[in-house]
Amino acid sequence: MDFSSAKQFDLHRRMVRIRLFEEAAGRLAEANKLPGFLHLYVGEEAVASGVCGALNDDDHITSTHRGHGHLVAKGGDFNRMMAELMGKSTGYCKGKGGSMHISDTSLGMLGANGIVGAGSPIAVGAAFANKYRGRGQVAVAFFGDGSTNIGAFHEAANMACALHLPIVFACENNEYGEFTPRDKTMAITDVVDRAAGYGMPGVIVDGMDVIAVHEAAVEAVERARQGGGPSMIEAKTYRFYNHHGVQNLGLKYRSDEEVAVWKLRDPIFTFEDRMIENGVATRANFDDIWAELRADIDNAIQFAEDSPYPTPDQITVNVYTSMTGAN
Amino acid sequence: MSDERKLTYAQAFNEAVSQMMEADPDVFCAGEDIGAFGGVFGTFAGLQAKFGEKRVVDTPISEQAIVGLGVGASVTGLRPIVDLMFMDFICVAFDQIVNQAAKLKYMFGGDATLPMTITTAGGGGLSAAAQHSQSLEALLCHIPGLKVVMPSNPYDMKGLMISCIKENNPTVMIKHKRLLGMSAPVPTEAYGIPLGKGNIIRPGKDVTIVAYARMANEAISAAKELAEEGIDCEIIDPRTLQPLDTDLIIDSAKKTNRVVVAQEAVRFGGLGAEIASQIQELAFDYLDAPVSRIGAPFSPVPFSPALESQYIPDAKSIAKGVRDVMARR
Ligand SMILES: Cc1ncc(C[n+]2csc(CCOP(=O)(O)OP(=O)(O)O)c2C)c(N)n1
Ligand SMILES: [Mg+2]
Repeated sequence: MDFSSAKQFDLHRRMVRIRLFEEAAGRLAEANKLPGFLHLYVGEEAVASGVCGALNDDDHITSTHRGHGHLVAKGGDFNRMMAELMGKSTGYCKGKGGSMHISDTSLGMLGANGIVGAGSPIAVGAAFANKYRGRGQVAVAFFGDGSTNIGAFHEAANMACALHLPIVFACENNEYGEFTPRDKTMAITDVVDRAAGYGMPGVIVDGMDVIAVHEAAVEAVERARQGGGPSMIEAKTYRFYNHHGVQNLGLKYRSDEEVAVWKLRDPIFTFEDRMIENGVATRANFDDIWAELRADIDNAIQFAEDSPYPTPDQITVNVYTSMTGAN
Repeated sequence: MSDERKLTYAQAFNEAVSQMMEADPDVFCAGEDIGAFGGVFGTFAGLQAKFGEKRVVDTPISEQAIVGLGVGASVTGLRPIVDLMFMDFICVAFDQIVNQAAKLKYMFGGDATLPMTITTAGGGGLSAAAQHSQSLEALLCHIPGLKVVMPSNPYDMKGLMISCIKENNPTVMIKHKRLLGMSAPVPTEAYGIPLGKGNIIRPGKDVTIVAYARMANEAISAAKELAEEGIDCEIIDPRTLQPLDTDLIIDSAKKTNRVVVAQEAVRFGGLGAEIASQIQELAFDYLDAPVSRIGAPFSPVPFSPALESQYIPDAKSIAKGVRDVMARR
């Protein structure tokens, strides 16, 4: 497939937005300005961007604990995201959810998730509703390699196929679940080998190549939209930072060389080189884009820092749709 | 008992596991990231290096299968320690815990023994939000067939963990995440603390505070503050919640005539409700005030530190509860 230069810039922009947001979040966390856990998406930008670039605004996605990238790629607002990470009342979840539960249902982003594997069944539900209403919307379940070892994932994949739902299973295989390498927890190398067992097609793509991811996503999303049922994409990728936070905490579980080799394949820089080589863009174009988006991030940090914390009376608000319940 | 060697709560857990693994080749551990990495809270540090990959097993992210592994291995003669990283993840494994582990013995007419320990980490205070901060002990205590343990300090941790491992019934050991770094003298030798035996942490005459896990420590702070106001608190830490040391609590209630129960969990339907109910059944005539319950509001654990700090009970809210109970004539 050939993609227009506008599409290429669109995919690039999504990736840079994720990178800048995550780098900023990482810096704030290291300065102890962000409470709680922070699972950064740096290194994996091509996956969320390539997939979400194939979706319409009213399509749905479910996410993981590593969810900022998915929300940014779906069009998430920096200000409300940064405020949420700081636990402020102006955040996406009014400070109640934080990094691990960041969500924007108006963008079809049905939440980051603190429970590994829990997003996939929810994507199946969204796909069911989409088929039920018949408006041609598609759902995408983003999930990690490690999450395919949990029952919820298997049940979701099987049900999606049994009910022939409009869904794409998008695997981010970064070769680790927390601090344990994939080969300690699975006897197969490629997650996509599982797809056949559920009765859906699957492809492996280079998850550091946004065009490769996008191509596979366009095909899978079209299949789902046309009534062709579920399919799986396995993107081979890598997270550049630690499982949570930035620095390696505790014991070393992967070698510096391994990290360095993957960093050479940085999905953004390699794509920029390619766009320049192909005469689609100039270095100056990219400088402008980074500068513009950096300003957005700086504004978001300012916005978040200036925002108030929620007040304690908010603790019991939003437990139910209306204010009833026990106490 | 004479040595003053100190261990953290996490180290006390680790030492208990290590000593029991040395003593009994049938003891093994399985869980996520517990091998080379030593567990995300460091509680399994060094155990794989010491006992090998056969006995300290890194599992896939598969909570149902992790608990199921414990059920199947224990019923066929091993003595498993299976770890669920965060207490919130018991929900993922609830069938194996509630319908299998807890009930096999009964359903088989006694023809099954499950000497397994499920270890996990509960509690809030880390801005870890609604799915990584819960105190779900009441769910477990409600299930006949399970034993539930929640230590409040390093000494109790070691003794209770040893008893859990030696116990011939499925037991859930709940570490509190905020206590992992707490340091205190712990004897080097292996010792057990009987399951179902509570502890009078502080004797007193005016009012009884029943508190467990981190709230026991908050109660100690509250008692210090209240002592300056002339209120002499007795603090009881049940340590084991199932079976519960009802006798110890009732005796204290009969002595002080006033009781406050403090839990970190959501107040509604929690352990405090059970304890208060037992007290009114067994010591009604001795009470000078209704039994008071301190607990969290009826909401999930909020993320923002601005909310979470108000959400989780602490020494202040316990002290206020005590003052209110003392004010009753
Ligand atoms: C049910 C459950 N078990 C364990 C965890 C702890 N945990 C959080 S992230 C993670 C690793 C997930 O690995 P993977 O799905 O490959 O995603 P990655 O972090 O690599 O993006 C684990 C074990 C959890 N959050 N939920
Ligand atoms: Mg992974």
